[in-house]
Amino acid sequence: MIHIVKKEVPKARDKIIIRVISILAALLVASIIVIFAQANPFQLYIGIIQGCFGSFYRFSATIEKMIPLLVLSLGVMVAFKMRFWNIGAEGQFLLGGVGATLVVRLFPNLPLPLMLLFMGIIAFIFGAIWLMIPAFFKAKFGTNETLFTLMMNYIALTLVTALQYDFWKDPLAKGMPKIANFPENALFPSLSVFNASIFLVVIIVIAVYYFMNYSKKGFEISVLGESENTARYIGINVTRTMMIAALVSGGLCGLVGMIQTAGVSGTLSVNITGGLGFTAIIVAWLSGLKVPFIVINSFVFAVLLQGGSYIQTAFQIPGSVADMIQAIILFFILGSEFALHYRFVSDKKKQEVA
Amino acid sequence: MNNDCVVKMRNITKIFGKVKALDHVEFSLKKGEVHAILGENGAGKSSLMNVLNGIYVPDEGTIEVKGQTVTISTPGDALELGIGMLPQHYKLVEVFTALENVAAGSRKTTPFLNKKKILDEMGKLIKQLGMDIEPNKKVCEMSVAEKQSLEIFKVLYRGADILILDEPTAVLTPQEIDNLFRIIKKMVSTGCSVIIITHKLDEVMEISDRITIMRKGRSIQTVNKTETNQQDLAGMMVGDAMELNVPWVDVKRGEKRLEVKSITAIDRNKVPVLDHVSFDLYAGEILGVAGIAGSGQKELCEGIVGLSSIKSGEIIFNKKNIIGKTPEEINKMGISLSFVPEDRLGMGLVSSMDIIDNVLLKDYKNTKGMSISRVVSRGKAKDLVEKLNVSTPDIENHAVSLLSGGNIQKVLLGREIELQPKLMITAYATRGLDVGSSQIIYDLLNEEKKKMIPILYVGEDLDVLMSLSDRIMILCEGKVTGIVDPKKTTKEAIGLMMSGVTGEGVKK
Repeated sequence: MIHIVKKEVPKARDKIIIRVISILAALLVASIIVIFAQANPFQLYIGIIQGCFGSFYRFSATIEKMIPLLVLSLGVMVAFKMRFWNIGAEGQFLLGGVGATLVVRLFPNLPLPLMLLFMGIIAFIFGAIWLMIPAFFKAKFGTNETLFTLMMNYIALTLVTALQYDFWKDPLAKGMPKIANFPENALFPSLSVFNASIFLVVIIVIAVYYFMNYSKKGFEISVLGESENTARYIGINVTRTMMIAALVSGGLCGLVGMIQTAGVSGTLSVNITGGLGFTAIIVAWLSGLKVPFIVINSFVFAVLLQGGSYIQTAFQIPGSVADMIQAIILFFILGSEFALHYRFVSDKKKQEVA
Repeated sequence: MNNDCVVKMRNITKIFGKVKALDHVEFSLKKGEVHAILGENGAGKSSLMNVLNGIYVPDEGTIEVKGQTVTISTPGDALELGIGMLPQHYKLVEVFTALENVAAGSRKTTPFLNKKKILDEMGKLIKQLGMDIEPNKKVCEMSVAEKQSLEIFKVLYRGADILILDEPTAVLTPQEIDNLFRIIKKMVSTGCSVIIITHKLDEVMEISDRITIMRKGRSIQTVNKTETNQQDLAGMMVGDAMELNVPWVDVKRGEKRLEVKSITAIDRNKVPVLDHVSFDLYAGEILGVAGIAGSGQKELCEGIVGLSSIKSGEIIFNKKNIIGKTPEEINKMGISLSFVPEDRLGMGLVSSMDIIDNVLLKDYKNTKGMSISRVVSRGKAKDLVEKLNVSTPDIENHAVSLLSGGNIQKVLLGREIELQPKLMITAYATRGLDVGSSQIIYDLLNEEKKKMIPILYVGEDLDVLMSLSDRIMILCEGKVTGIVDPKKTTKEAIGLMMSGVTGEGVKK
């Protein structure tokens, strides 16, 4: 019989070696699929790199894909630090978008800076409320937040569908079910090829880093996540801390709704999230819930996304192949976590020890 | 003559790290007997049974079951040999019925559940033993006693004829205990052999045929019930006074600081865990608390500091009633209590954080504003490590869980003392520590006593309690059975009080 045994804490050097090997192995396995799709794997992999860094425009596209993922990952990280499994980033993202759109529809003539500020605040609040509902029920009645936040996603999605196809449908779109594009004064101004939301994101990263590492509330969230008994022992108000973490986590995810509508898509639609709310969970987890690694990993994931969409057009391969390559790489990276923390021991050895 | 022994354990030694949990233990079980294993906490009773049940593999020694030398490396192996152990905490599926629980995990169960067949078999066994189990009742609707019967039944159904019961009476009412003993006697009459772990002397005298006394990992003696009495057993259980270097410091006690008046607390099952407990605590005094584990020590400590709820009574500290207040509120009243909980890593410290952050736990609220500053805590952590000689590679980025037990406790106690508390409560402050580390902890506590800090010291080692404390309060099942002066009493007397005999009954 073969047993699985937990390893000691892995060394930094081992971590790097195992991760590099896993990526190489992933590329090797993915090559089989690429060959079936009648492309040259080497050229294709170089193509991915070119697609992300080949030109200034492509690089900016990579950054554009990184921004929502980064902020969502930071958002779920705050909740995860407290061992509060916020699976509802998708829903909070959508609700944030609803909030931003609501501001545009109610006050279409606000001057640009005021408009963006107002949109951001409302998006934050909408996202926060969407997470504070499950947090409240967990704190008061001990409900399971995983299921609750997941269900909230579907409510949010249905709400946005109703808005897009009915209540907020643009009458000028010739019957197309879409919400009217935002006016100029509700869009992030472009700076060469980047849009101005990048400044906002830099501020968010710094603020979250400070919040988690140097603020009292952030410290309390970490303590509560590690041990509720310790939290009560040092006199932390568990309910209040849980609500504050939900406020920050949901708020950040909601803010993404504003960043995406006002920065990239120009309006709200049901497709706006692109599943990023779930990808963010992987990013946050792979980063060990640490802000600097979240920045790095968001970038790596953005490279996969942008590279994937570039090779579809450049190599004329089906989109599903690009998706499969992404999935294989992801699978191997996640699998390598197992190799980092566990090892196999055969029964024979164990008996010798005993 | 050995033929009638169903279990013979010889020379069993089990070492955890540096601690000898079992030290050349001898044990034998005769067919059809009830054999009690008696001892204080940490005497090695449960460890020995875990060896027999295959949970621990012994480092030394042999086990013979029914005349054959065997290696038991899993509970499954043990069951194959007919040995079944009743866990201290029941492992039943709450939403399943009794029948489903019996069927789940049994090797007799076929891939498709044949409820009728199991029902028939269960019925036979139930009748034979006179148990009151309703096969179709759900576990979540059962009382504690019913759950216990079901656990016993489960083990028997799987074919065990050697049954180990680990403190089965701790959670039962007197009537339920009678019922359990009736079942045990029935089982024995049908050819089973029973090992019962306990520390209640009266029960030992009632149910068992032979008694093995364990102390500090060693088997002291095995005696026939008919040849002994409660006094002798208590004496063997606590042992002779040991040479200990725990100096008692003579401090003239000051004024009354803490007054606990008749506090009562109940647990989730509505069983009283503290039953009208009253005592006073004076400045410059160490009040020892003795008692079998689970006699209400935890609830008492946590109740005073505001972590668990007290149903009735009063807790008056410096003339202010602090009952029903949260730790935060008590702190805001300007009363700094320091509490060294039993669960060091799960409550007192955050195991994944480094020493600085663990010091920060009690500091961060003192700074103004939203931010935390690690400057003060870093200094304190440094002092703490130097003063108490904590051996750690670093105070930063080195999780406290990676330290040894003694060093973990030094960090916790050091931090609490650093707060300059007005009252100290320590629970099992030296549990699991080696002699040297324990010594440092005793010295620290005596230092605090000299500063006229009142100290509540919950302990388990009677020798230490008797030499360290000014007075000892004995708890048994949530009741105070006596408050005594350790210089005017004996260990045997305290041992009897721990087993439920009240103070008046043991005056010699």
